[in-house]
Amino acid sequence: MDTFILLLTIFVLAIFVGIEIIRKVPPLLHTPLMSGSNAISGITVVGAILAAGANAGTLTTVLGVLAVAMATFNVVGGFLVTHRMLGMFRGK
Amino acid sequence: MPVIATNLTYLLAAAFFILGIKLLASPRTAVRGNALAAVGMLLAVVVTLLDRKVLGFGAIAGGMAIGGAAGAWAALRVKMTAMPQMVALLNGLGGGASVCVAGAAMVNAHSDSALEVVQVIAGAASGLIGGVTFWGSLLAYGKLDEWRWASRLPSGAWWRAVNGLLLLACMVFAVLLVKNPEEAWTYWALVGTASVLGMTMVAPIGGADMPVVIALLNSYSGVAGAFTGFILGNNALIISGALVGASGLILCQIMCRAMNRSLASVMLGAGAATGGGSSADEVYGGRVKSTSPEEVAMLLESAGKVVIVPGYGLAVAQAQHVVQEISSLLTSKGAKVIFAIHPVAGRMPGHMNVLLAEAKVPYEQMQEMDEVNAGIEQADVVLVVGANDVVNPDARTNPRSVIAGMPIINADLARSVVVVKRSLSPGFAGIPNPLFASDNCTMLFADADKGLREVVVSLKGG
Repeated sequence: MDTFILLLTIFVLAIFVGIEIIRKVPPLLHTPLMSGSNAISGITVVGAILAAGANAGTLTTVLGVLAVAMATFNVVGGFLVTHRMLGMFRGK
Repeated sequence: MPVIATNLTYLLAAAFFILGIKLLASPRTAVRGNALAAVGMLLAVVVTLLDRKVLGFGAIAGGMAIGGAAGAWAALRVKMTAMPQMVALLNGLGGGASVCVAGAAMVNAHSDSALEVVQVIAGAASGLIGGVTFWGSLLAYGKLDEWRWASRLPSGAWWRAVNGLLLLACMVFAVLLVKNPEEAWTYWALVGTASVLGMTMVAPIGGADMPVVIALLNSYSGVAGAFTGFILGNNALIISGALVGASGLILCQIMCRAMNRSLASVMLGAGAATGGGSSADEVYGGRVKSTSPEEVAMLLESAGKVVIVPGYGLAVAQAQHVVQEISSLLTSKGAKVIFAIHPVAGRMPGHMNVLLAEAKVPYEQMQEMDEVNAGIEQADVVLVVGANDVVNPDARTNPRSVIAGMPIINADLARSVVVVKRSLSPGFAGIPNPLFASDNCTMLFADADKGLREVVVSLKGG
């Protein structure tokens, strides 16, 4: 239970940090913000790797590989497409 | 690798994510911010691969190769107009990954050191939100990509009853799962029901409300990830999930405010209030003045300050390039040209800015609604391209209008207005626009791309 409270604290504080920094992102960049935040939520790949590599039975491995594939798509696709978009924003 | 080193690296990765988003505050630093977040991700992946609990690498390599190749292919191939579909897909896969990771933990609930109750609750939440996000996003993808069956789903209040029943069923399975975590089938029953719920939630929503749905699903995918972090006790997942959850929610709020809607009314599939008020004949009745490309060119040539208001119709007609051409022609003749971007101008938050940036419009020329409105009286010409409701003065002046109170770009206050539009057909709100009949407004009835190309010809010739 103590661990849970600790994790919950981190979660709530992170939401406050998120609100503060995201409010400062101008509407100009809201689409790259969405693709970029999807890339960041690809961090699930960490949990996916642990499941896929645990050798804990076929079902776990299959679920792990599926998760690794989906999360890696988000990481690679998300960061790349964000980079592509941001490269188009040029000043005078 | 010692556990403490792994956890410290996760902390470092989370810090990089936060700094990365912080650098998105300006287009000058945004590319660096994205790269910084990517480095954080790489660090997190590398230390996870070095974890003692990772015994086999074949499966991981296979999954990474397939997902990475597909992701890279999609990212490099996608057209800027199709960015809403790309984001919908990314949202969905985020939810799907959370469902699978939480599922793997539930399957092993009996063999691993037994899961605590809160972990099982987190697993249920992850399965519920992840399932909704995955299937809801895929249906949203279909709607945005204009698949016939997906765009033609019926709307109606009865969807609410269906959604209510499905949500209730999800709750029952969640309770069963928490009571007896070793019965993994309840988790899959929960995920299955949530999958149907995801689709029935998105099914009745369409048209102008899609940007809100995308932003909300974006938020959900983050929240599902955070709950997965609670199961695994992983800070990196929890922090990233919280960031993404907050981001989606803020964008949702911005979209709703710009459309004068509440999130609840969008999500209940109520559809925006449409129609009502004066009929088109009463508003337009012989007062609408039509113009020609040559006249528009002459008007623009004599203007010192020009405001271009792009709307959804511009993206449909692919007219962003010709608009940029007009802008640079006028700028080279000494005029000040700005683009006025309404928050819901594109098909998702910030979409219009991306389309204009692709057409090489410098970002300094793109201004937000409030900024533009502050100086709109000094504009000699406002050129409205494919926008309608967002320049309807009824929102400001007619308290009985269905769009009363919606923030708009005050084009009617400028010295003169030119509207490029195929016909007098109404926008999403389904109401006539008094701007089109006002004294200072003329209409160029044409396809945006075609009509403006003729204006360019005149500008170059004259």
